[in-house]
Amino acid sequence: MSEDHEESVLPAGVERRAIGGETGLATRGEPVYGEATDGPWRRWEPGRSKLGALLSRGVETGIAGGETVLYLGAASGTTVSHVADFAGPTYAVEFAPRPTRDLLAVAEARSNLFPLLADARRPERYAHVVEPVDTIVQDVATRGQADVALANRQFLRGNGRLVLAIKSRSEDVTRDPDAVFEDVLDTLGEGYEVLATERLDPQHTDHLGVVARPQ
Amino acid sequence: MTDDDPGWFERAGANGRGAAAVREGSADRPREWPRLAVERGVVDDESAYYECLREATLTAAREAVAERESADDQQLVHAVRALDDCARTANELTERVTEWAGTQDADAAVDIEYVRELASRTPETPVEEQVGSLAGRVAALDDQQAQLRAYIERTAPEIAPNLAALAGPVLTARLVALAGGLESLAKKPSGTVQVLGAEEALFAHLRGGADPPKHGVIYTHEAVRGTAPEHRGSAARALAGKLTIAARIDHYSGESRPELAADLEERIERIQARDSA
Ligand SMILES: C[S@@+](CC[C@H](N)C(=O)[O-])C[C@H]1O[C@@H](n2cnc3c(N)ncnc32)[C@H](O)[C@@H]1O
Repeated sequence: MSEDHEESVLPAGVERRAIGGETGLATRGEPVYGEATDGPWRRWEPGRSKLGALLSRGVETGIAGGETVLYLGAASGTTVSHVADFAGPTYAVEFAPRPTRDLLAVAEARSNLFPLLADARRPERYAHVVEPVDTIVQDVATRGQADVALANRQFLRGNGRLVLAIKSRSEDVTRDPDAVFEDVLDTLGEGYEVLATERLDPQHTDHLGVVARPQ
Repeated sequence: MTDDDPGWFERAGANGRGAAAVREGSADRPREWPRLAVERGVVDDESAYYECLREATLTAAREAVAERESADDQQLVHAVRALDDCARTANELTERVTEWAGTQDADAAVDIEYVRELASRTPETPVEEQVGSLAGRVAALDDQQAQLRAYIERTAPEIAPNLAALAGPVLTARLVALAGGLESLAKKPSGTVQVLGAEEALFAHLRGGADPPKHGVIYTHEAVRGTAPEHRGSAARALAGKLTIAARIDHYSGESRPELAADLEERIERIQARDSA
């Protein structure tokens, strides 16, 4: 894939930049996890972020920058901090209290990041807060990842995009990852049309990146 | 339209109940909340809406995290109390069973290794059967104790990372248990933390006569135990001060402050150096 093509699919606000002698994705915002910085820019480490890995491989996600985002499985905010740097209003759902504490610090340094301590399998508990969005990013690493995506489809605008990281070991540690991915994609087909898939190995072992739109 | 669930801002009302509305509300489906809030005159424009939303979600998440984590700290309290009960009972029964075994075996020793060996012997008499069976239960209690300790070692650093880094997981759990929870520990002045676990000595002092206690359960910390007796009071005060700060950070912000441990070490080294001066 040519550099040009890779550049062309990055959302506005995400750039490939040389920071500390290494060229890679970067966004503008307060640093969060000890990443290298250069002025307002901070490195988005693809090894720490599945969305970062997808974008740095040149996968077309359909994210243009500036849109409204629902992020499921925000954890301590590593990836969602970058998302909030280039997106519009960003709703971050996480259900474990400990990482949410770190997420709070990330959100306090940003005006467009709204943390929600909630279970992504129960969208009715945040539908009174979250508006319809252009993009759902999902990285929940729990059993039933396709069901989580289906349950949250109601938040996605008709022309929106789901960007999903599937971790095969969360579904079944013993099965062949390819078989697990096939099953998850099958279930996902009940509400989404899959546009692209990309294995994220070796940066993220046994993970599949998926871009889909609601149907 | 009217029979739809209200958005969080409608539940919130005028006077700052935003966080509660975020935490307690629900809706069957999402709606264009920013636009609706403007249309209904709740806010002047969408940027004002997002400011309110930010305030409400940050507060709601902060409260919910504190609540959920304080529920976890109660699990730690139960675990350390169970650990102490197991240890005490195992000790008592070790004495009992080895004393009994001593009537049959001249080499009987009062320790858990001997008890395990007793449990593994094939009994040949009714007495040996009883002794062996009791020894088996004591060994099982000792295993349970190890399991509880492993649980505490795993969870204490999640619940109170800074405190666990300074005090170790088990002492962390004891302090949290003595205070009744992480939140009440975080609210105690350092002088109280210093004598937690020495309540009897403290009351004896308050009733008159006895010396005030220099330290409570923090005595088990190397910083106190490893300091010469004449400086232990200072060491205990310094340690309690750092532990109090750690507990407050753990409860109120949760961020990790590795420099606290280095600070403490430096303070204690200076106190211990007074000996040689
Ligand atoms: C792999 S981590 C996410 C890492 C994060 N996306 C990043 O790149 O910075 C998965 C997270 O999903 C959370 N999670 C799992 N099941 C969830 C659920 N049902 N609802 C919300 N969060 C969930 C876990 O607590 C964990 O923090």
